[in-house]
Amino acid sequence: MKKLFTVLFVLVFALTVVAVNAEAAAEDFKLGVILVHDENSGYDMAHIDGVKGAQEKLGLTDDQIIFKYNIPETEACYDNAVDLAEQGCDLIISDSYGHQSYMMQAAAEYPDVIFLAATGDTAWKEPMENVANFFPHTYESRYVSGIVAGMKLKELLDSGKVTDPYVGYVGAYPYAEVVSGYTAFFLGIRSIVPDAHMDVQYTNSWYDPKAEGEAANALISRGCVIIGQHADSTGAPSAIQAAKDSGKIVYSVGYNISMLAVAPTAALTSAQNRWAALYTPTIEKAMKGEAIPKDYSVGYANDAVQIAPLGPEVAEGTQEAVDSAIAGIIDGSLNVFDTANYTVKGEKITTFLALDTDGDWVGDTGEAIEDGIFVESKLISAPYFSLRIDGITELTNE
Amino acid sequence: MMKHKKKEPLFRISKSGFVPLHKAWAIRIGALLLALVVCAFIIYSIIKLNPLKVYGTMFQGAFGTNKRMWVTIRDTMMLLCIGLGLAPAFKMRFWNIGAEGQVLVGGIASAACMIYLRGKMSSTAVLPIMFVCSMLAGAIWGFIPGYFKAKYGTNETLFTLMMNYIAIQLTSYFVALWENPYGSNTVGVINSRDKFGWFPPIFGQMYGLNVIIVLVLVVFIYIYLNYTKQGFEISVVGDSENTAKYCGIDVKRVIIRTMIISGAICGIAGFLAVAGAGHTISVSTAGGRGFTTIIVAWMAKFNSFVMVLFSALLVFLEKGAMEIASRYQLSDYVSNMIIGIILFFILGSEFFINFKVRLRQRYAKDKSQ
Repeated sequence: MKKLFTVLFVLVFALTVVAVNAEAAAEDFKLGVILVHDENSGYDMAHIDGVKGAQEKLGLTDDQIIFKYNIPETEACYDNAVDLAEQGCDLIISDSYGHQSYMMQAAAEYPDVIFLAATGDTAWKEPMENVANFFPHTYESRYVSGIVAGMKLKELLDSGKVTDPYVGYVGAYPYAEVVSGYTAFFLGIRSIVPDAHMDVQYTNSWYDPKAEGEAANALISRGCVIIGQHADSTGAPSAIQAAKDSGKIVYSVGYNISMLAVAPTAALTSAQNRWAALYTPTIEKAMKGEAIPKDYSVGYANDAVQIAPLGPEVAEGTQEAVDSAIAGIIDGSLNVFDTANYTVKGEKITTFLALDTDGDWVGDTGEAIEDGIFVESKLISAPYFSLRIDGITELTNE
Repeated sequence: MMKHKKKEPLFRISKSGFVPLHKAWAIRIGALLLALVVCAFIIYSIIKLNPLKVYGTMFQGAFGTNKRMWVTIRDTMMLLCIGLGLAPAFKMRFWNIGAEGQVLVGGIASAACMIYLRGKMSSTAVLPIMFVCSMLAGAIWGFIPGYFKAKYGTNETLFTLMMNYIAIQLTSYFVALWENPYGSNTVGVINSRDKFGWFPPIFGQMYGLNVIIVLVLVVFIYIYLNYTKQGFEISVVGDSENTAKYCGIDVKRVIIRTMIISGAICGIAGFLAVAGAGHTISVSTAGGRGFTTIIVAWMAKFNSFVMVLFSALLVFLEKGAMEIASRYQLSDYVSNMIIGIILFFILGSEFFINFKVRLRQRYAKDKSQ
């Protein structure tokens, strides 16, 4: 009997110790966040919201999270990643694509710290265990925002106010993340207006209100009536609102944040990421000491993407069309990049290698097409749909 | 009864003659302390924080850990190197606003060596080549405005400024050429695996070589400007071109030669930025330092040893400001405000060193003097 008590006592004691330890581990946990801009940029604000959302859910104190603001995509990112590691962070997350190579550089020096480059695309081929990437299914919300745009375009065509279904897009850089986004947006529009066509104007910057405004104006003067964007400022919507106020027929579909504040009548909606859906499970795993997947990407099904509240001038029936598209995406009956819906140089696509291992930027492994559907963000979290489909023209001004 | 014939101004400002060094420094340090007091009021009244704690945080941001201290030292060396490049030109009263561009072309040259010579030689052998190439690139960027000024009397301020934009466009071109990955418009860390063309650690310090190179330059520029014939020629040309001509100094030659040296040292700064710090090239490689250093060179009156102090002060302020923003979750603007106030006071103190300011005195007292 005495023995049994001893065993019980030891067991209870051991369990208490384990429980206390687990709690202590959570209290010790520190998160570092590197942001390319600050709360003035919609993109970074979305990340800050994501972190704060995760913080609330996981019960982290303010002292456990260190933010670094306005960190350019230079060695400053490496310096700050190292600094966060030295301050005892267990998980360090950077929010901009260009931070990635500096995060990897720091990761090599601090193998016990996890470095996650959000929106990055190289973790999968890094031999290091302590690096990761994540990215939401932004293409899903872009597709849905395209439906909002398509409904408006159809209304304008039906009423005779517009004869040419001409769409514009202000893009940051000509690479996969942007291409995937504008293609999804365009396919959303074309599901409503089959003969729509689109021009893409690049700004070569993630955040440049002036250049984005100029790009929007250039597209307006070409005759575009709906302008989408993959750039992080309010430059384009502001310019579009100004053009609309001067009598032009033109509408904006934004990104990151609702554009109603800067474009009260021109904004239709915005494609948005809900980063908390990625931050929460990732931080939770790190707190528990569990392995973090090298790539993590989820979408509407996990509440990781959404569109902003609809603007006052959206077409009738938009909400219903949006709801049914979202339902389709969640239940799998609607596939954004179904190869039946587009062609490349007149041909239907049957095969596409998404991953590059030899460094020539041409995919050499990883078949992206399954049963006639281009499956985005499955092989790695970062978008890899980089096909230039028919109906879209990339403008170059150089 | 006091009757004024002519009202005397409230303040009388007159040029002060020789100010002893200790007095000048007392004024400067006084200005710094005054700036800290003014900032303290602002910190306390606007952001409701204990100013002493905020200053402590600034100090921690710059020197809090060994790593931070070395980053601060590295950035100080970078700023100092550009300042050393500007000093000869400024002493000659040649307004070289083109350091930014000279640094960038130096950086491009270094990055090109890292990319194209990889696998063709050892990492230690490539460093001297990179050094020379960057220096040459910067020298060419300095030579062009120098030549036009000497030959055609062009305005060097505008010329050097315009050369910056050319350098920025050139950098954009090479970034697009070398971008990694394709379409991303960034070069990323160059040779991150084998560290080819990176500065080797010296005494276990990643940035040891940066310090050695720049300190050698500090001594070199000090001697060059103060104890050589060429240095003397520079100051004569700076004070009066006519005097220089009268003395038989070939002014055109001095202008071109000095601008080559100025550009070459800025080119070396580009080498430090690429091989010794960033290991990449982008339009922000110079990061506005080419302009910031103008303050450094001027405040130090082109004395290279004093420049060390001012470079360190500016970098300290920058790091401190970043840490305040991070620690107290403030917008960068607040910390930039503090930097602005401190700089304003320090620059303002030069006025009180160079000029005497006297308050209006009472008439009777004035008369009795």
